[in-house]
Amino acid sequence: MLKEDRRLQMLERIIKEHNYQKSALLEVLHAAHELYGYFDKPLLTYIAERLNLPPSHVYGVASFYHLFKFRKPGEHVISACMGTACYVKGVEEIITAIEREFNIKRGGSSPDGRLSLFVTRCIGACAMAPNITIDNEVVGRATKEVVLDKIRKVLGG
Amino acid sequence: MVLKPEDILRIAREEAERQRSYRYRINVCCSSGCLPFGALQVLKAFEEAIKEFGLQGECRVSRTGCVGTCSVGPVVLIEPGGYLYQNVTPENAREIVKSHIVSGKPVKELLYANEAFFKKQLRLVLRNAGKIDPLKIEDYIAAGGYSALIKCLTKMTPKEVIDEVIASGLRGRGGAGFPTGQKWNFVAREKNTPKYVVANLDEGDPGVFANRTLAEADPHAIIEGMAIAAYAVGAEKGYIYVRAEYPLAVQTLREALKQARSMNLMGKNILETQFSFDIELRLGAGAFVAGEETGILASIEGRRAMPRPRPPYPATSGLWGKPTLIQNVETLANVPLIILNGGSWFAKIGTPKCTGTKCFSLTGKVNNPGLIEVPMGITLREVVFEIGGGVPSGRRFKAVLVGGPSGGCLPESLLDLSIDYESLTKAGAIMGSGGIVVIDDESCMVDTAWFFTDFCVDESCGKCVPCRVGLLKMRNILERIMKGEGRLEDLDILSELGEYVRDVSLCGLGQTAPNPVLTTLRYFRDEYITHIFDKRCPAGKCFRSQVSMKEAP
Repeated sequence: MLKEDRRLQMLERIIKEHNYQKSALLEVLHAAHELYGYFDKPLLTYIAERLNLPPSHVYGVASFYHLFKFRKPGEHVISACMGTACYVKGVEEIITAIEREFNIKRGGSSPDGRLSLFVTRCIGACAMAPNITIDNEVVGRATKEVVLDKIRKVLGG
Repeated sequence: MVLKPEDILRIAREEAERQRSYRYRINVCCSSGCLPFGALQVLKAFEEAIKEFGLQGECRVSRTGCVGTCSVGPVVLIEPGGYLYQNVTPENAREIVKSHIVSGKPVKELLYANEAFFKKQLRLVLRNAGKIDPLKIEDYIAAGGYSALIKCLTKMTPKEVIDEVIASGLRGRGGAGFPTGQKWNFVAREKNTPKYVVANLDEGDPGVFANRTLAEADPHAIIEGMAIAAYAVGAEKGYIYVRAEYPLAVQTLREALKQARSMNLMGKNILETQFSFDIELRLGAGAFVAGEETGILASIEGRRAMPRPRPPYPATSGLWGKPTLIQNVETLANVPLIILNGGSWFAKIGTPKCTGTKCFSLTGKVNNPGLIEVPMGITLREVVFEIGGGVPSGRRFKAVLVGGPSGGCLPESLLDLSIDYESLTKAGAIMGSGGIVVIDDESCMVDTAWFFTDFCVDESCGKCVPCRVGLLKMRNILERIMKGEGRLEDLDILSELGEYVRDVSLCGLGQTAPNPVLTTLRYFRDEYITHIFDKRCPAGKCFRSQVSMKEAP
């Protein structure tokens, strides 16, 4: 983490807006996660120092919530919704197909770092289940064929 | 701009008049259900077509929230007449304008023909959903919005407001069903200040999206309800705790708050009265337990969302130890209607003990999935088979899951159960925040119970032993049964463990998490037995290696 990093300046500004209050930790974590895409140790230590909190507390809070990532995600992120409706409508099959085709495990990234596959717990679009998100674009009423095809396109282009 | 109550009423009149002057209003649903299917392109196509035919003065095209029929999106509602078009493409848009608007002939082939979906519904909380532009406060005001707040501020004392809510019989829509007016009374009685109002929009249950849709479609109804609650209990500060996974809801609420502030409906001395109130948004970060009332408090304070024992209840000692009123957003959205129409009007809807309506997300193996609002006391059969249109052909209805991942799976024989807090609890399910998932014979009930237990294991905060260890044990036993290594005594252990976890867990998550296992054991025991004795899964789902879905940190 470089000191001259612009993202760090933005983060600092947000921390300042919250008056360095300890209770703003979750808000600050959100901002940092949005800026960096994931948390690493220097980033969490930095937040801990600025809010005058023990690093263990900051890590404890950050790791409690499922939204935050602790590993750098791949260039393209696939997120499979594992809500009840999606599960009942067979999202598991689509996930397995993605794992097989792109040699990737849920929660991990492909060896070349181009693709990550995550499983989320419901994005609240249950009437269109099953849902797969490809780089923030939701594919509703997803089928194995459509999803695999879209991922191939994303990777190819 | 400093506005007075009469200014708001004037704006309402003028805006309503302006809207009446349009010959047609074209409402394009742009909620998270229709967006992935190109709703924004449809909106643009309508705007272009209106321009092309030179109808700008006669028609108003607006983006709105959810109409409810999410499975046939994008949908477009044309008023007057309530013509609902389904699966609209940008190409259709021109055709609809040409035929419906110019020639007065609705395009029959594109109309949503399923009247049964709306017939048994009663849309009170969702009164504006799909009809107003959530990003325009004038739309809400024109529909009568904020007049309830004005009535409270100018004509009613806080006590009178609370009495009206008590008279309505409104109960908390977050799931537990605690009488709302009583809760307000507790907070109002506290002497300690400042007081807070928290709106709970942490809809963490998979399969549930009613709160999300409400926030996307009618954010001001939530804000107005909160302001009335704040006036009643004497709070000056509020928080809306919303899931970060709902970006559109966050954006809509943020914009709505900005507009409310600009119109003097929020902030210091609202509408030149003595009442001051402001709301801040707080984003959740993916924790089911953060929806629990003491969990939400911890999260707003920037800590892990771990529940704590009660008492003291948040009404006495909530945010930063101060009296705090926590309500689900659906509860709050009911409040303006109660104030305007009176508590006794509201009390006549639903059943005597459970008044009003309830929003449900109807999903799973059902023909018409979507967002519905029905009067309390309606039966599950009416919801699944009449509104939902039953199970898609070729399959048989097996069970209905009511109340999210910690709800209960109810069989066909219980379909005539009335939907209210007491009967659901008696059957082993819960109201929860309103999820109804229909399950057909393709699903295995042991696998389903495993899925929910796995979810709750994942989401358990780990603070109390019964939930942390008990649920894990239950999941392991289920996995063993699914692999064909189950023993008959496992069923007794499962029930015993489930009851134990239910009875001694600290918070609502642990207390309800065993419900799917307990109800499937009660109503679908034969499926467990087939797994154990015949080493066979009736639905053909199990006996493959189940991989835990836990995401690597």
